[in-house]
Amino acid sequence: MTNIPTDRQYSAEHEWVRIADGTATVGVTQYAADALGDVVYLELPEVGSAVVAGQACGEIESTKSVSELFAPVTGTVSSVNEDATQAPEVVNSDPYGAGWLFTVTVEAEGPLMDAEAYTALTQG
Amino acid sequence: MTEELLTPLHAEHVAAGATLTSFAGWRMPLRYGGDLAEHHAVRTAAGLFDLSHMGQIEVTGPDAAAALDRALVSAPSRLADGRARYTVVVDEDGGILDDLIVYRFAADDFLVVANAANRITVLDALTVRSEGLQTSVVDRTPHRALVAVQGPRAAEILQPLVDVDLAGLRYYASAHGRVEGVPVMLARTGYTGEDGFELAVPADGAVTVWRQLLEAGEPAGLVPAGLAARDTLRLEAGMALYGNELTTATTPYEVGLGRVVQLDHDFVGRDALAARAEQPSGVHLVGLAGTGRRAARAGSTVLRDGEAIGTVTSGVLSPTLGHPVAIARVSAPTEVGEVLDVDVRGTSQPMTVVELPFYTRPA
Repeated sequence: MTNIPTDRQYSAEHEWVRIADGTATVGVTQYAADALGDVVYLELPEVGSAVVAGQACGEIESTKSVSELFAPVTGTVSSVNEDATQAPEVVNSDPYGAGWLFTVTVEAEGPLMDAEAYTALTQG
Repeated sequence: MTEELLTPLHAEHVAAGATLTSFAGWRMPLRYGGDLAEHHAVRTAAGLFDLSHMGQIEVTGPDAAAALDRALVSAPSRLADGRARYTVVVDEDGGILDDLIVYRFAADDFLVVANAANRITVLDALTVRSEGLQTSVVDRTPHRALVAVQGPRAAEILQPLVDVDLAGLRYYASAHGRVEGVPVMLARTGYTGEDGFELAVPADGAVTVWRQLLEAGEPAGLVPAGLAARDTLRLEAGMALYGNELTTATTPYEVGLGRVVQLDHDFVGRDALAARAEQPSGVHLVGLAGTGRRAARAGSTVLRDGEAIGTVTSGVLSPTLGHPVAIARVSAPTEVGEVLDVDVRGTSQPMTVVELPFYTRPA
């Protein structure tokens, strides 16, 4: 298992969330990226749209499969990673960095876990 | 849960760090690195596939050809020695039980390569349909491996390793030879739309052949490739997949395989197919091409003027072409160039009817 960054939190849907100054940056974990295979298409929520923790807000598509993206927090989408929608392979090559997906102005957090708990989840 | 079957190359895949997946009761490599890189390698250089999950059924004996004639929609008795044919086996109603390749080595010596998921079905059909004949039908799958090297550089990679003149081996022809002392049955067949070869080898020689091909192919750009790339490659090449395009509910005529049916010989399902040939159901497969990057998938509904006329059986964002492609089963006449709507997970997307295959290798 590759190292999981400890500077952020994780959802059971294999997304990571880093919250700073009331804004959450959201991406998918290396585990999710590896499971999907090469990501070829992203449908991200629109800037300004409301998302609800635990509810679907987009799609992530690999050659083999389509998965829904879930909002790990409740709030308003403040930006999306246009570079990633143009070149989705960055989700595979750098899921914790340049492969971030969108940011949300947080109103409420969903159920999140720390890196240790997430590691246990993926190894369970 | 039943224990999964492992191919003779399983340890090689694990050592290579492959992502493994469950497929038709087998533990198979889905991808080694990235499935797109594997796909492109097969289109531009070569890929090496472990297909040992596929059924290898030997049909031998003085009546082997007669038994296969009775069992299959085409007549292997008419094949020349050393030739192979893509064909299907149907039930009494003409429904497709499997698509397969039958190899004729001699008048009394044939090999049938069937889909993994249908291995027992095909074995049973061949066994039942050869009753009363002097024929032996034996499932060799557990003792064999099947390795495919596919891509424009496949021949130059394989040639130095094998004592068979590949230049003289035509498409759908086979020969017996040796690779590093391992006896191989090699055939110029494949499921990728590229030139390439499939090698049937004894299980205990599989690792030797695999490693030889990897080593010899690496300088030419050969990479091991998994089932994910195999699926996108076959779809671009317009090749049907059992379970998607082909099912027991479809006859060969509804899936563009009427050409393999030889009604002028007697076989199980012949009467049903003869009737269908005279009264076509109107159901057929079409190729669809889209724009953008969002792909229709199996199950997406195909509509014309708001009316459902069919269902997508396979769909993907074509790695080679860069746009979505799909095969759909439709029940209304269609014309190349007309635009249909496809319901892609709740959003209607236009897709244009195109000729299959989507991809043809450069001449």
